[in-house]
Amino acid sequence: MTNPTTAAGNNPAGESSNDASEEMFVAPRQHLLDLDDLSVGEINDLLDSAEGMLEITGRDIRKTPALRGKTIITLFFENSTRTRVSFEQAGKILGADVINVTASTSSVSKGESLLNTVKTLQAMKIDALVVRHPHSGAPYFISNHTDASVVNAGDGMHAHPTQSLLDLFTVRNNIGDMAGKKIAIVGDVLYSRVARSDILAFQKMGAEVTISCPNTLIPDEWTLGSTLGDETGFGGLKLARNVEEAVDSADVVMALRIQQERQDAGHLPSLREYSDRWGINAKRMALANDGALLMHPGPMNEGVEISSEVAHGAQSVVEEQVRNAVAVRMAVLYALCAPGKSSRIGGSESNSGNEA
Amino acid sequence: MAARKLAITGGRVIDPAQGIDRIADVLISNGKIDEVTAGTTGSAPDGYEHIDASGKIVSPGFVDLHTHLRDPGQEWKETIVTGTRAAAFGGFTTISAMPNTDPVQDSAAVVDDVMRRSAADGLIRVLPIGAISIGQKGKQLAPMGELANSGVIGFSDDGNPVTDANLMRQALSYSVELGLPIINHAEDKKIGAGGVMSAGTVATRLGLAGVPAEAETAMVARDLNLAALTKARLHIPHISTAGSLIALRTAKESGVDVTAEVTPHHLTLSDEWVYGLKGVVPTTVGPEAYDTNTKVNPPLRSRADVEAVIDAVSEGLIDIIATDHAPHAATDKVCTYNEAAHGINVLETAFSSVFQLVDAGKISVVRLIESLTSGPATILRKDIGSLKKGFSADVVVIDPGSKWIVNPEQFESKSVNSPLAGVELTGRVVTTIYQGETVFDLSDVVASAGAKQ
Repeated sequence: MTNPTTAAGNNPAGESSNDASEEMFVAPRQHLLDLDDLSVGEINDLLDSAEGMLEITGRDIRKTPALRGKTIITLFFENSTRTRVSFEQAGKILGADVINVTASTSSVSKGESLLNTVKTLQAMKIDALVVRHPHSGAPYFISNHTDASVVNAGDGMHAHPTQSLLDLFTVRNNIGDMAGKKIAIVGDVLYSRVARSDILAFQKMGAEVTISCPNTLIPDEWTLGSTLGDETGFGGLKLARNVEEAVDSADVVMALRIQQERQDAGHLPSLREYSDRWGINAKRMALANDGALLMHPGPMNEGVEISSEVAHGAQSVVEEQVRNAVAVRMAVLYALCAPGKSSRIGGSESNSGNEA
Repeated sequence: MAARKLAITGGRVIDPAQGIDRIADVLISNGKIDEVTAGTTGSAPDGYEHIDASGKIVSPGFVDLHTHLRDPGQEWKETIVTGTRAAAFGGFTTISAMPNTDPVQDSAAVVDDVMRRSAADGLIRVLPIGAISIGQKGKQLAPMGELANSGVIGFSDDGNPVTDANLMRQALSYSVELGLPIINHAEDKKIGAGGVMSAGTVATRLGLAGVPAEAETAMVARDLNLAALTKARLHIPHISTAGSLIALRTAKESGVDVTAEVTPHHLTLSDEWVYGLKGVVPTTVGPEAYDTNTKVNPPLRSRADVEAVIDAVSEGLIDIIATDHAPHAATDKVCTYNEAAHGINVLETAFSSVFQLVDAGKISVVRLIESLTSGPATILRKDIGSLKKGFSADVVVIDPGSKWIVNPEQFESKSVNSPLAGVELTGRVVTTIYQGETVFDLSDVVASAGAKQ
């Protein structure tokens, strides 16, 4: 995220800026690009705001004028159902005008560059650009070329901050304080922006994160069976030797989508073998703590990374994640776009709570 | 022009080919070197123009074995005119034009055109490199004999490695009779396919697909084995990994006829530059990250690799420094990191950036100049890169204390794709003389400073 107090980035690696920024004046944020530079206080403010938003989404008439007259564009260069629709719904409930642009139906398909696409939209006067792009860093690039607030709705293999916020929100609503809790993430870590953002997010909230996946789906410089150091940017992350070790005594088990392409690219012998060795099923869930949550960011390949039995079982909060997505994205859009207070993330720590 | 007589006096003359490192005068007439004097008189003989080089370093003109001029075919990025101007501004008096033009330099017709236009329009000497295979497609050998007759100084398919080991073997073997080196971009493209930067912590944090160092090392090892088999001359371009150096050392010790080059950027920049903070590692990723001007192939490597190539230049395991000057238009760089073209604009920053290593005590100034002059001249087997009597009067005057801030908008190159924009460097070429004529003088540039047209 673009925070003038930290974006200069002169801090040496490993020295946390989060503690410092909570004490300093924190300028209002314009963009939400990742969670790495959000303080715990800022994250809690957003989650608190999402509580109020969740109440609105439960009403018979789901409409508020909070962002009336604001224009939000969702600019999606990848296919998406839940993320795009939940952003659109979030904007509409808040009263904003939401325009959906997808690559396949825009001038991008005529060869227009990303820069010119952004400049074109910018010229039409917009307040927020919600961007999904297959290239890591694309929202950062866009943020340098627009006055609008940029929300990263997933960039390549890099980050998916609103998914992580809704995952935090879901866990907080079910088990409360995350400090010391064990989060097991099982799946394609190498290619997964959800994994990257969730690792950062849960660690920031004090949880202990362990991952498990085939050795072909972690970066080469990581070693299964080790704990990462701070120089990696994921300090404290545990890399389990096998899935049983990861889910053992976990408070949250998250399965990630495994894609057919990984098999085709030689990362896996077969999806069948992946399911056998890393698939989350009742037997593996039994290793987790009693009442452990089962999560999945969707879309699920039932029977591959997650068995149907547990996906729809008592411990599953998968549907709740989707429901929470709208409320969390409302909180984000409100924080960045609300009139008269150019941003509430970072600028409102003394004013946390239900702002809707 | 040929009648000009010039005396460059009082400078520290460094000419590694002759073992010269002393305060002396360089006398030039008729476009040739007359003499490097035993000491300095501090003044020019009668009838000579005078350049006072006291406090400066005087060196043979630099020789670049790896330049992309983009001409013909991509003249919006660079031309023979702008590329040779950029070279002169960087202290180069000889550059080698890579064959990845459009059309490819895979026939006498194209090479002859480049040579003819370079001689007519170029500010300095241009030596073309021919393609190894027709169209650089790696299927069928280019007419290497015909290209050699046209004057190419080696063969390369440039960014396209010769994937087919048998074709590489045949190219090496065929080149033996021609006496010219095969220059193969050493990369196994299957290892780390899709990668856009060096694999490692930075790539992982930024979510960018990484190319492991082993993708280079594996190909270097293959090529060294094939060079041993064929007894041919192999030149390894832009070597960049510690692993490649191990293979290179073993091959040299066993008598393989191999030379290697490294670029200024692989000597001075690590993959941490991709964060966009000039090498500073940030706690959090900011909007300046994904600096597309750092995207290059081979990618900027780890700090350990950078230290390894510095040491290898210093001891001479890596023979020379070559720029891999790769100009690109703004549209190729103002985009996402994945979309960005590979390549850095190097000619005008090459000497100054590497001179930082001299100031840091990591490379001697004599070794640096050797790697830019007699080193490449030896590989080219040409009478350049030295101040020997009768050699073309190609001379550079360097001010080792001059500080400047890189501003690509003021480059003579047509393109601005330098990650060094805004960086202060110490040590700068102030005068370049080619065939006895001054082709660049910093005082003229400062007098007429302005943005590029």
